[in-house]
Amino acid sequence: MQSNAALEYDYSVAKLFTYTTILFGFLGMLIGTLIAAQLAFPELNYLMGEYGTFSRLRPLHTNIVVYGFTVSGVFATFYYSAQRVLKVSMAESKFLMFVGKLQFVLYVILALAMVVSLLMGFSSSKEYAEMEWPLDVLTVLVWVLWGVAMFGLIGIRREKSLYISLWYFIACFLGVAMLYLFNNMEVPTYLASGGLGNIMHSVSMYAGTNDALVQWWWGHNAVAFVFTVPIIAMIYYFLPKESGQAIYSYKLSLLSFWGLMFVYLWAGSHHLLWSTVPDWMQSMGSIFSVVLILPSWGSAINMLLTMKGEWNQLTENPLIKFMVLASTFYMLSTLEGPIQAIKSVNAIAHFTDWIPGHVHDGVLGWVAFMIMASLFHMAPRMYKREIYSKKLMEAQFWLQITAVVLYFTSMWIAGITQGMMWRAVDEYGNLMYSFIDTVAVLNPYYTIRALAGVLYLTGFLMFAYNMYKTMTISRKLEVEPQFRSPMA
Amino acid sequence: MDIRELQGYASFFMTIFLVVILYSYIVYLYKSEKKGEKDYEKYGNIALDDEITSTPIEHNPKSQSEKKELNK
Repeated sequence: MQSNAALEYDYSVAKLFTYTTILFGFLGMLIGTLIAAQLAFPELNYLMGEYGTFSRLRPLHTNIVVYGFTVSGVFATFYYSAQRVLKVSMAESKFLMFVGKLQFVLYVILALAMVVSLLMGFSSSKEYAEMEWPLDVLTVLVWVLWGVAMFGLIGIRREKSLYISLWYFIACFLGVAMLYLFNNMEVPTYLASGGLGNIMHSVSMYAGTNDALVQWWWGHNAVAFVFTVPIIAMIYYFLPKESGQAIYSYKLSLLSFWGLMFVYLWAGSHHLLWSTVPDWMQSMGSIFSVVLILPSWGSAINMLLTMKGEWNQLTENPLIKFMVLASTFYMLSTLEGPIQAIKSVNAIAHFTDWIPGHVHDGVLGWVAFMIMASLFHMAPRMYKREIYSKKLMEAQFWLQITAVVLYFTSMWIAGITQGMMWRAVDEYGNLMYSFIDTVAVLNPYYTIRALAGVLYLTGFLMFAYNMYKTMTISRKLEVEPQFRSPMA
Repeated sequence: MDIRELQGYASFFMTIFLVVILYSYIVYLYKSEKKGEKDYEKYGNIALDDEITSTPIEHNPKSQSEKKELNK
């Protein structure tokens, strides 16, 4: 152990994951924009043979943005903020540093294997769990290493109390570990049959309705423990730190935490409304989804009230703008989700474009905004340079806000139109519209969505450029900024 | 009563039980602070004062550097 005088936080692992966040963010959003354009202009499906079709690229898009971009962002912000709230440096333990770096190496191998295998068409056909069994085994290894680093750091901490962000990071770790294992219980057919078929292939250990239930228990909680819980961990650290204001109510943060943990796990069955699962379970999914508004808004309101008396920062600091808007989109998204989970609303909304509309106001407005804002906050501390351009950040903000609004408004209209047309019957009870009628009506909204994708992707490129310039040529800082991030 | 009905009742009563626990937790949080036993709001400063040289809000007695300090 070194003496305190020479001791500094070590950001080498956080930096590595920052690079993968930017790389996979670009790749995932590029593919997302391409497949959005394919829905508007179907001829774009035939650019690269079987590798360029919507069906092949859609799981690639979701997996890259979830497990490439978001999870990298979670690891980067964890390795940055956990040291600081525990007041212990990674440099104090050679073992933990080794674990962190090994986790990064295995993670990169896993992510590349995921991209290649999905592009080749290897898929378990479970939504958001498409990776085949060898990759699942590697995922478990990467996750366990993260756990070792997390609890290892906690073990050598100087600060006795765990800050609320760490509670959320721990919940992310435990929640994903439990759900991922249950949902990916599968039998590799090659091994089970004594050498028949493809070694990559597997079948689920569950069947029929049970399989669907376990799948959506995972599917919805991927939203909970990857898109919500670690992002709340980020905002609980980065918003107070950037604004210089302590959390409005620490008690409310604790209460919202337990509320969220208690309620979220039961809401997954709202994905299976009007299906073959028992009716009481569907009702339970609906009710718990509506109750979810309380802990979600508890966190979001707590974040907004943190800015109490300091709202001038919203106009002065674009980073605060990103974080406050992220919190606002979290509120919008967590109100919209429960509305969609009400059985009667779901009868119209299910399988329509309103669902990806809902998902994207959450992921573009909440998840990606918060990850980009966190990395912007981390950059001057990690690279000891000021942020390259405030103007560019402002422009990025307005471009991406426009993109998010265009995305979800077009999908709201498209979704409701689609749902109503599918249900419309004439006086004899015959369906009034065929499927292609809906496609023709929805085409303009798909075009607007593709445009939104182009705008958001452009904003992300501006973010990547700003980060690159910050890392390389921006003005050097003599002293680490305490609160507000310096920018030129 | 078949298994599905049992599962339904089990889910209902477990929900009630967990709601009671959650509300008891709220009461506990506010009561313990009112009595002066706890001060939860001070933990908010962990994020603000997070230099490695900062004094921890609550020292961890198990920390290696703390042990060194004590042995001096």
